[in-house]
Amino acid sequence: MPAIAAEHVTKVFGQGETEVMALKDVNLAVEPGELVALMGPSGSGKTTLLRALSLIDPPSRGCITIGNAQVCADAVATVDDRRLRREKVGIIFQAYNLIPFLTAAENVALVLTLNGVPRGEALRRTRELLQSLDLAHRADTYPATLSGGEQQRLAVARAVINNPAVILADEPTAALDTARGKAVMDLLRRLGRERGAAVIVVTHDERMLEGFDRIYHMVDGRITSN
Amino acid sequence: MNLAIRDVRHRLGRFLLTGLGLGLLLGTVMAMGGIYRGLVEDALALVRMSGADLWVVQKDTNGPFAETSRVPEDVARAIRAVPGVRDASPVAFQTLQLRLGATPFRVQLVGHRPGAMGAPAAVAAGRPMVQSRYEMLIDRRAGVPLGTDIRIGRQVFTVVGLTDGIVSSAGDPAAFVSLRDAQEVQFLKANEAVRNERARLQADLEATPAVAGVPAAVFAPIVQNTHLANAILVRLEPWADPGDVAGRIERWNHYRAMTTGEQEDLLAKSVIERNRQQILLFRIILLSVSTVVIALVVFTMTMEKTRDIATLKIIGAPDRKIAGLILQQALALGILGYGVGGVLINLTHQYFPRRVAILPFDQYVLFGIVLVICVLASLFGIRRALRVNPTLALGGGA
Repeated sequence: MPAIAAEHVTKVFGQGETEVMALKDVNLAVEPGELVALMGPSGSGKTTLLRALSLIDPPSRGCITIGNAQVCADAVATVDDRRLRREKVGIIFQAYNLIPFLTAAENVALVLTLNGVPRGEALRRTRELLQSLDLAHRADTYPATLSGGEQQRLAVARAVINNPAVILADEPTAALDTARGKAVMDLLRRLGRERGAAVIVVTHDERMLEGFDRIYHMVDGRITSN
Repeated sequence: MNLAIRDVRHRLGRFLLTGLGLGLLLGTVMAMGGIYRGLVEDALALVRMSGADLWVVQKDTNGPFAETSRVPEDVARAIRAVPGVRDASPVAFQTLQLRLGATPFRVQLVGHRPGAMGAPAAVAAGRPMVQSRYEMLIDRRAGVPLGTDIRIGRQVFTVVGLTDGIVSSAGDPAAFVSLRDAQEVQFLKANEAVRNERARLQADLEATPAVAGVPAAVFAPIVQNTHLANAILVRLEPWADPGDVAGRIERWNHYRAMTTGEQEDLLAKSVIERNRQQILLFRIILLSVSTVVIALVVFTMTMEKTRDIATLKIIGAPDRKIAGLILQQALALGILGYGVGGVLINLTHQYFPRRVAILPFDQYVLFGIVLVICVLASLFGIRRALRVNPTLALGGGA
């Protein structure tokens, strides 16, 4: 059973003459522990697909399945998309998107507390994870004082702390130099494998694709090759 | 994990500065409330101090605090004979401008019979009046030291005691003298005026056949009668009905008898009502300004967190968590402002030139209003936050 799947997903923006079809009948299924990359030129629909998969911007037609939960276009309004993301999806942003008024440890622990884990337990688990990511010494500092690589490692920690079924990453290495980008990608691969999560990474950079199970190319809203 | 506290901690300096500004505003609101309460207390201080149950005043007048009222002082004897009356005593009131060295100051002169109603219940410094003439008790607000000699008209009074917190409805400190002294101050004319009046009386007598040949000196004590008071204070027996006794006095003596409650109502409604409305309006304006300030600050803080709110939505934070963040910050700002304002006004209210009465009940009510204001002010920010599109966190549009 796939950890996440898109079935006949279409996304339309605008209406009438301004209508743009950003995704056209996309089908995709990613198994637990599988690493998948989405590549393609700008405007090909990679980020739109990522938004649809995370239910941030649900599809106009078709269905998204995350674990046992299936969300179809005609029933989006009845789904608590935030709860689904909170419990089953970890998201990594191109610009890290760490909360500036929380310390490094609090940024990570926040995900656990949102899921009802007591604060003390959340901080304990967070510190263990930060230790394994060599970020323990930065636990009590604010994101603004961290380097780009440290911030992205912290963002990865936040995405995986809750052992999500799916990890979605939007250009996670775009703001990093090659060495730091590779380190982050290695981390993502390692944590994905260790935790049995389906990992989908949107990237432009082919140098980062080493070790991925599948690489999809997108053009004009369609997956053209695997 | 409380996001509001962490956000405030992160921007502590700005938050404290905003709270300080809001505190000055709320402190002003508290001061206005205290000034109003002070007006009421000042206005009623003399009435309440008297300990009277009824005020007998000139017919068709509203008593000495609202308009001129004159009653013969010996009416008190007749009133004592009314069933239900335990005691009755005349009092005189007059506003005067005095001088202490070169500094002029105003007082509410109260004349009373020594030891009778109308005298202050307690003396804060010095001693009560023991002589029947030329001694004075004066309120501390006048700033007159014990032992000071003060000239009023033709007489010199020695300040033998000080009272605390007894002022007129205009805020003028009360000065207590004997009834006889007060009557002379109020009704006795200067020597030249007396001689003038006698000459005029003599001319009138000579022009009137029925009394022709009678010297003016015979009539002078009658026409120059100073045995008048402005009101008779009446204390009732515990079993007496004030309405019943007042009705009897009004029926057979043609005076108006007002209960102390009526006198207080009259003062509250006629003397300080406009001040009350003025202050109330000013407080409403200040509270409206406070609401706008809190709403603007909270809205600005929310706008600055737009991207963070989008991120929170993406990582699954429910709306109540986001709304709670904004509401708690608005409440924290209001509570901080209230605290600053409260400390400020409690430290400074005694330096105001007029009484500022800070009552716990008023403080609690204002605290409740501030909380309501904070909730209302946060609604704009919450509305904005809940409308933030989570795609903003991914670099999309808001």
